[in-house]
Amino acid sequence: MKKTQRITGGIMAGATAFSVVLIIAVIIVMLVVIIIGGKDTVSWEFLTTFPEDGMTKGGILPAIWGTALLVIIMSVAAVPFGTITAIYLTEYARENSIISKTVRFAVKTLAMVPSIIFGLFGLGFFIKFVGGGMDDLFLGGQLKWAQPNILWASLTMALLTLPVIIVSVEESIRAVPRELREASLALGATKWQTILKIVLPGSRAGIMTGTILAVSRGAGEVAPILFTGAAYYLATLPQGLSDQFMSLGYHIYIMSTQSSNVDQTLPIQFATTLVLLMLTFVLNFVAVIIRARIRRNH
Amino acid sequence: MTTFENQEEDPLVPKENIPKTKKNEFVFTQESLKKQFRLSEFLSEKIITGIAFLSIAIIILIFLFVFKEALPIFIEKPERKTEIAAPAAPERYGEETPETTPSKPERYDGGGESQQPERYGIEVETIQTEEERATAFSQDSILSGNRGNSELGEDKATFKSLTGKSWMPVSDNPRYGMVPLIVGTIKITLLALLFAAPIAILAALFSAAFAPKWLREIIKPAIELLAGFPSVVIGFFALMVMASFFQDVFGYDTRLNAFVGGIAMALAAIPIIFTVTEDAMTSVPSTYSEASLALGATKWQTAFYVVLPAATPGIFAAVLLGIGRIFGETMIALMATGNAAMISANPFDSVRTLAATIGAEMAEVVFGDTHYSVLFLIGALLFVFTFILNSIAEFYVKGRLMRRFQGRTS
Repeated sequence: MKKTQRITGGIMAGATAFSVVLIIAVIIVMLVVIIIGGKDTVSWEFLTTFPEDGMTKGGILPAIWGTALLVIIMSVAAVPFGTITAIYLTEYARENSIISKTVRFAVKTLAMVPSIIFGLFGLGFFIKFVGGGMDDLFLGGQLKWAQPNILWASLTMALLTLPVIIVSVEESIRAVPRELREASLALGATKWQTILKIVLPGSRAGIMTGTILAVSRGAGEVAPILFTGAAYYLATLPQGLSDQFMSLGYHIYIMSTQSSNVDQTLPIQFATTLVLLMLTFVLNFVAVIIRARIRRNH
Repeated sequence: MTTFENQEEDPLVPKENIPKTKKNEFVFTQESLKKQFRLSEFLSEKIITGIAFLSIAIIILIFLFVFKEALPIFIEKPERKTEIAAPAAPERYGEETPETTPSKPERYDGGGESQQPERYGIEVETIQTEEERATAFSQDSILSGNRGNSELGEDKATFKSLTGKSWMPVSDNPRYGMVPLIVGTIKITLLALLFAAPIAILAALFSAAFAPKWLREIIKPAIELLAGFPSVVIGFFALMVMASFFQDVFGYDTRLNAFVGGIAMALAAIPIIFTVTEDAMTSVPSTYSEASLALGATKWQTAFYVVLPAATPGIFAAVLLGIGRIFGETMIALMATGNAAMISANPFDSVRTLAATIGAEMAEVVFGDTHYSVLFLIGALLFVFTFILNSIAEFYVKGRLMRRFQGRTS
């Protein structure tokens, strides 16, 4: 082989390796910087107290509480619908029929829609249309539901995370061995019984992975809740579905861009970022492990 | 599952078997092998199908409601639609503009015949107070000729004012020119893509063609972890760390600018480009690279001249998806780009993107206002754009990829 060829080969192969190293280095740098910036502030007290003195002191309890509430309501709404859509795609829809292709395309599009559009949709549909309609019908025009609150924010977030759940559940349903279904049907079980007793228990891990990934995504997204329910500061925890809430991501955004004393709150900002990052990181990590286990088993 | 249904319907059981089973109580007959109607089965299937259609319904609803809120701009004065149809013909402005802006008809005198920038002199005086970027203004009027009408600053959004070059929604003379926003979005998309695409594609090539299996098992989840970083965290990192760092390195004036935002957005786009590209590369039939290696090509020659070209449609799709991700990214744009709506080619100037504009201004607008509708119109634009991108990636590219591999191997 020519020497020049060997050198170009080395350079080109080196460039590919360099790219990988670069990406991983950036990930590590981000992690390290945020951990170093936040580790001194994060404490049990920080996690369990309210912000004080115009958010320059104190903790982030309401933000954690709000984020938790958001992802719980979101999961309650998104997981059943996502699972059922996945069941339809794998068990009922004929492969390559126009209907199943359309559903699949819709799911993919939903995954691609910018998160801010979900925020707009939440404002236009949930708050103005549904909320306004509810107020007119039940409360005689009194303003209760036609304003940003945690319910609408959670439902908006549920739409955003629906594709995550569908994709994950579908993958695990496909991993349920065909023989199990055939055995169940051969024993006289109906299709619905087979799905309920064989397919769903077999794909429990997938449903769990999907939920975890959705929670991790929902906890981190800020754009959809910007004008559907997140609040700058609340002195109390949300009491009901029609209350506004604080969220970790929104807290970071507000404190780092809108607050008047950015430098003073810097440690709190880093600490909040660290909490959010660790939360999503741990959730993602668990999901990766469960997923790897599913793949190994089949 | 269709195979089962067929078996149930078809009389597959041989006729001679029937007498033997007659001793048992149950007899398979043509009749009993037919699919029975069960209400619960029927209902469950219909309900599941109905719920599966929800995702289609959501897409349609998003489309409807985002457009519905944007609609007042066009509905208020229907004749504006004709302007949209033929905005290029200068003669028409003489007839139509008095209707659209009846408040100050005199300014159009002679506008139809000679499109001279001088006539803007009147307007510059009236709005001079808030016209801080006057240099940009004079440039616009010279460059755009007739389109410069948008600079008149009325509170009604027309097609002309929407294509104006000044975005000043909160002022006495609000102007909703979306051009700086679109230019800013395109600029930051290009910048981010410039960083993200080569790195992600090369990394995918390494993972698909060079890395041993154990290394690939580490690289893939590691880069997917980056996808799990919330965009607000990347934005925060860019705002607090990267902006100062790059300012020290390059020494530019504005701390937050398109360059910093572009790099931060590249971080958000790298995982998606990497994943899709890697999938496309690993699905290149191994016969390709085996043939290449057998002919005496080296490993890197095979990677760059066989695997990479074979996966181009997939890479194209990956880049499209990356563009979609960058285009719609809100939090990073809000936090790291500076958010100044100006038109410039300098990557170290601040920019304001379409998505960031919605995010920053929606909380402060009056419901039903022109500003409110314009923001929804921007949202509708973003939605349509990502929808088109996704459709291209989905249908055109996938079709090509399939045809390429199937056509050559079989």
